[in-house]
Amino acid sequence: MYMRNFTLLIFIMMNYAHAETIQGPNLGKPVSSAVVDRWNRDIFPNGEGLPTGAGSAYKGKIIYQQQCLSCHGVDGAGGSADELAGALHSLTDDPPDKVVGNYWPYATTVFDFIRRSMPLHAPGKLSNDEVYAVTAYLLALNGIISEDKIIDNNNLSKIEMPNRDGFINTFKK
Amino acid sequence: MENQLEPVAGGGLLDRRLFLKRGLVFSAATAVSLQVFAKVKPFDSNLPAWMLKPGEPFSNYGEPSPYEKSTIRWKMENSMAPGNGVSWTPLHDLEGTITPNGLHFERHHNGVPEIDPKRHQLLIHGLVEKPLMFSVDSLLRYPMRSLFCFIECGGNSNAGWRSKPIQTQAGYFHGMASCSEWTGVPLSVLLHEARIKAVGKWLIAEGADAAAMNVSIPLEKALDDCIVAVYQNGERIRPENGYPLRLLVPGWEGVLNVKWLRRLHITTRPSMTRNETSKYTELLPSGKARQFSFFMDAKSLITSPSPGYKMDGSGLYQITGLAWSGRGKISKVEVSADGGNSWAEAQLQEPVLSKCFTRFRIPWQWQGKDIIIMSRAVDETGYQQPSRKMLIAQRGKHGYFHYNAIVSWKVAADGGISHVYA
Ligand code: HEC
Repeated sequence: MYMRNFTLLIFIMMNYAHAETIQGPNLGKPVSSAVVDRWNRDIFPNGEGLPTGAGSAYKGKIIYQQQCLSCHGVDGAGGSADELAGALHSLTDDPPDKVVGNYWPYATTVFDFIRRSMPLHAPGKLSNDEVYAVTAYLLALNGIISEDKIIDNNNLSKIEMPNRDGFINTFKK
Repeated sequence: MENQLEPVAGGGLLDRRLFLKRGLVFSAATAVSLQVFAKVKPFDSNLPAWMLKPGEPFSNYGEPSPYEKSTIRWKMENSMAPGNGVSWTPLHDLEGTITPNGLHFERHHNGVPEIDPKRHQLLIHGLVEKPLMFSVDSLLRYPMRSLFCFIECGGNSNAGWRSKPIQTQAGYFHGMASCSEWTGVPLSVLLHEARIKAVGKWLIAEGADAAAMNVSIPLEKALDDCIVAVYQNGERIRPENGYPLRLLVPGWEGVLNVKWLRRLHITTRPSMTRNETSKYTELLPSGKARQFSFFMDAKSLITSPSPGYKMDGSGLYQITGLAWSGRGKISKVEVSADGGNSWAEAQLQEPVLSKCFTRFRIPWQWQGKDIIIMSRAVDETGYQQPSRKMLIAQRGKHGYFHYNAIVSWKVAADGGISHVYA
């Protein structure tokens, strides 16, 4: 009788503890930093995560015409997919036009998105240099850099996008 | 008893408890003409054909009745890339609160990957003491819990911003929202196993699809109520909903519920991915845009009667619909049958769960005249679903995402139903 009550008490206490932190079976396998580096492809506005490489709009234009134009149109507009350049209206017009040049707050996002998701029919196909080049081309199309500027892993994050301060963080952090 | 048949608000809305009183429906049948019952013909004495021969054999995996072929997701795909687009849940054809797995809405950026679960892994890394890799099989051994919750795309109902009301069925307008029982491993268990460092504030989640979809999520939400889901309504998650692993972020924008989850990166700051800058941000009239507007605020709509259906003559009907809020439980749904002049409280079907579809119902005596019906929800934080005018006054017309205004249907004297701005 005494034992049973005692066990019950422990059981209740254990359940209480479980409500705080549930104990898992600890089956995660530790991984080396080399594996993490291979998997991690995140890029941050300060340039952290950008791979080594470089490219210019001149080269980027050729890649764009071969790999992107069919969906995004000549000069980044008028295709079946999202408009990338050539906004006819501003953000305060009715209707507004949102493109890379007047809406995107960070140039690093352009690189990150193209590297992970584009071209839609063959993502992951472009080399890092090609992604830098086509990023440079989109930035040049939007009038943010000149056509001969070489974009690389050191200077991409330093490019100031016109709409850098255009966002209101509605979440507290 | 007769009092229950007295309208409680304009347009013939009756007391929400009417259908709950046992026997009352029958006495009501004598008091008001119950058109629905009146039209049922008595059975023929001949047995139907399906009682005169053995039925179909068993099936390994059941399918809906061939007579329900019209209950489908409506698809809108990119002409250049069929895996890019959306499909809507036919909310107007469904009852209850749980969405059948084959009808859960879809938003894919670049198609549905066919993932071999034996070759899929989940990596947790970044600001942790121990970066860890989990196989799908290993996750199946963890203690699990279920969340009954909705997932709603931030772009749901966006046709509401248009200057003219869209004429389509309710689900093909508001059905980028679905509700399931999601079962999986509490994310906090996995994060604690990797031992997060105190400086960690955000978590970047990545999917294993051809878009390698990635978004940033505040760590406090991840530790609060997120799960790595493995099951959807009791069976393994469907490929189009993230098989084999999906991150569930209850009550927050659909895009955060990363499908085909492969990687969680603990950081001090967001990555500013394309899907939290270029998209899923809401442009305001000032030219500034709202960012990280994670919560899906309270919304409700009447699913029956709704556009596409025709009223079957005047008489007693049940108005029913769905309400949900990303901030908690629905505390009240009111219905109007006179264009918003007067409102009556609808019955909420139990159980009313946090961040979950809530079914509401109210009896209604339609007099066969032109009338506008609408619903509005209040959640447990006291937030009330806004009128379209109020929403536009606050946000302008070009926010695209997070449209949650009151939805109005016009019931015409001829029985036709259309979408109106009222
Ligand atoms: C087969 C058609 C197709 C091709 C080819 C293609 N894209 Fe895209 N692109 C799309 C679609 C569709 C989207 C929208 C994806 C989504 O819904 O998430 C998109 C989105 C984008 C975006 C984000 C737009 C925004 O406003 O958020 C960028 C940038 C982009 N593509 C760049 C490129 C580049 C650079 C190339 C060539 C290397 C390329 N795309 C090739 C179809 C294509």
